Amino acid sequence: MTSLPSIPTPKRLGLVIDLDVCVGCHACVISCKEWNTGGYGAALSDQNPYGLDVSGTFLNRIHSFEVIPEGGEVIGEAGEARIVHFPKSCLHCDDAPCVTVCPTGASYKRGEDGIVLVEEDKCIGCGLCAWACPYGAREMDLAAGVMKKCTLCIDRIYNETLQEVDRVPSCVRTCPANARHFGDLGDPTSDVSIMVAERGGMDLMPEQGTRPVNKYLPPRPRTPLAANADGLGSVEETSGATGFFGWLDNMLDRI
Amino acid sequence: MHPALSIIAFTTLSGFGYGLAAVLGLGLLDASAMSTKAAHILALGLIAVGLMSSTLHLRNPQRAWRAISQWRSSWLSREGLLAVLTFIPLIWSAWGAIIESRYLPVPGLFGTVGAIATVFCTGMIYASLRSVQAWYTPQTPLCFLLFAGAGGLNLATLAAIFNAGDVYILGLSAAAATAFAWIAKSAWRRRMLTAPPISTPETATGLAAIGRVRLWERPHSNENYLTREMGYRIARKHAEKLARISFTLGGAATVLLLLSTALFWATASSLAIIAAVVAVLCQTVGQFVERWLFFAEARHAVMNYY
Repeated sequence: MTSLPSIPTPKRLGLVIDLDVCVGCHACVISCKEWNTGGYGAALSDQNPYGLDVSGTFLNRIHSFEVIPEGGEVIGEAGEARIVHFPKSCLHCDDAPCVTVCPTGASYKRGEDGIVLVEEDKCIGCGLCAWACPYGAREMDLAAGVMKKCTLCIDRIYNETLQEVDRVPSCVRTCPANARHFGDLGDPTSDVSIMVAERGGMDLMPEQGTRPVNKYLPPRPRTPLAANADGLGSVEETSGATGFFGWLDNMLDRI
Repeated sequence: MHPALSIIAFTTLSGFGYGLAAVLGLGLLDASAMSTKAAHILALGLIAVGLMSSTLHLRNPQRAWRAISQWRSSWLSREGLLAVLTFIPLIWSAWGAIIESRYLPVPGLFGTVGAIATVFCTGMIYASLRSVQAWYTPQTPLCFLLFAGAGGLNLATLAAIFNAGDVYILGLSAAAATAFAWIAKSAWRRRMLTAPPISTPETATGLAAIGRVRLWERPHSNENYLTREMGYRIARKHAEKLARISFTLGGAATVLLLLSTALFWATASSLAIIAAVVAVLCQTVGQFVERWLFFAEARHAVMNYY
């Protein structure tokens, strides 16, 4: 059934991604691909894997952005341009447009924990859900012909044969910088909810009306480079000059 | 968006087919004429070929029957269900015309309503996607409906020429419908070209507080499913030219030819026949180009990340 759960889900499982911490190493991309190609559903295929135009299905991709403040093109003047590494996967939206467009009932949002999943045996591979998602979270697997997406590692998080420390999504478990966190965002006392509240966690594209569960923590403000460069900002200030240079400063001012 | 040939063929052909079926359902053509019988077959054929073409882009078409199950939430499912249901009155009407040479008002009108509803659902599949701003407007189903109606009336005019109906009335209505369709389309296109984007790289990343956001490095050096499917780009100069071709052929030329058909019918019927045939050709070509641009020019929100 592709109608969304009629009542708010008791748990809202999701990820919190710290853009201040992510170093863009792509380890989560690889561990996601590794885990999900052997776990739930069809394998994540690659096309032409040893050729020049290699491509494949990924449930998690890292973009890197350059963010330039107004007038920040020159280092040291008005703030600086900075690089933000940006992991992107399914946000498990409360108002998931990918679910309601599905004509077959293959796409659904679980009533108990809010995870958005695809029942691959029902998927006809029409691709409309990938069109409906503004975030590009769904990718068609070209070998299996079914839509693939992040399952929040549903085959890990409830898997009691794994050690407790491993019962988190593969990307979270593998992140060497601890930039990814997993938890219940519907519970205001959970670690992830507290983190979101303290750091001003944000939604991506709130104007799309999808109400994502996953939150992103913005990069912390940085001390501008100029503040650390001793004297760099004070070259115009000469009132403290004494002796010969004081006299020279005085004379140059008069000319 | 990637302009898939199967979808372009589907929306164009089934649009014309449903338009013709809707006109036939109103009983405007003489049901005993050979050309009316041919029109019934043509309408069903166009719809069937269109629907079959739409299954070509499915990667698991053997499960396509499941697509009629989610009509409560999905416009695609509603379209599929209505398409199947509408076949019942359409085939019934066609039977009446072809076998019994008579117009059946009840299945006829049900067929007209079903055809209009199906085309509306086709338009709503696109109009319901907020992620594609160009499509996300009630003008999208309006254009789909007007284009289908114009195409149907145009084909009905051609049928009417062969002793099946009032060429004058049908020709003039076809010309009016075509004109309205392209006026609506030009408003649709103006909105697409001028509306400020609802999503930007800044809203997509949430980094507006720091500054202007620009892609520094893609996730992968090569294309992927998303950039192939959502990232289709067409050079503006070509888009402009193609738009002019579609408006000129499908709009202006078709309207003029249909008007000539209506006006010359009484005096120079051979001229009228040629005009009607060329009008159908012009409208078909214009419509294909229009539908190609409908996809190729539409930008998807995900491209704010690329």
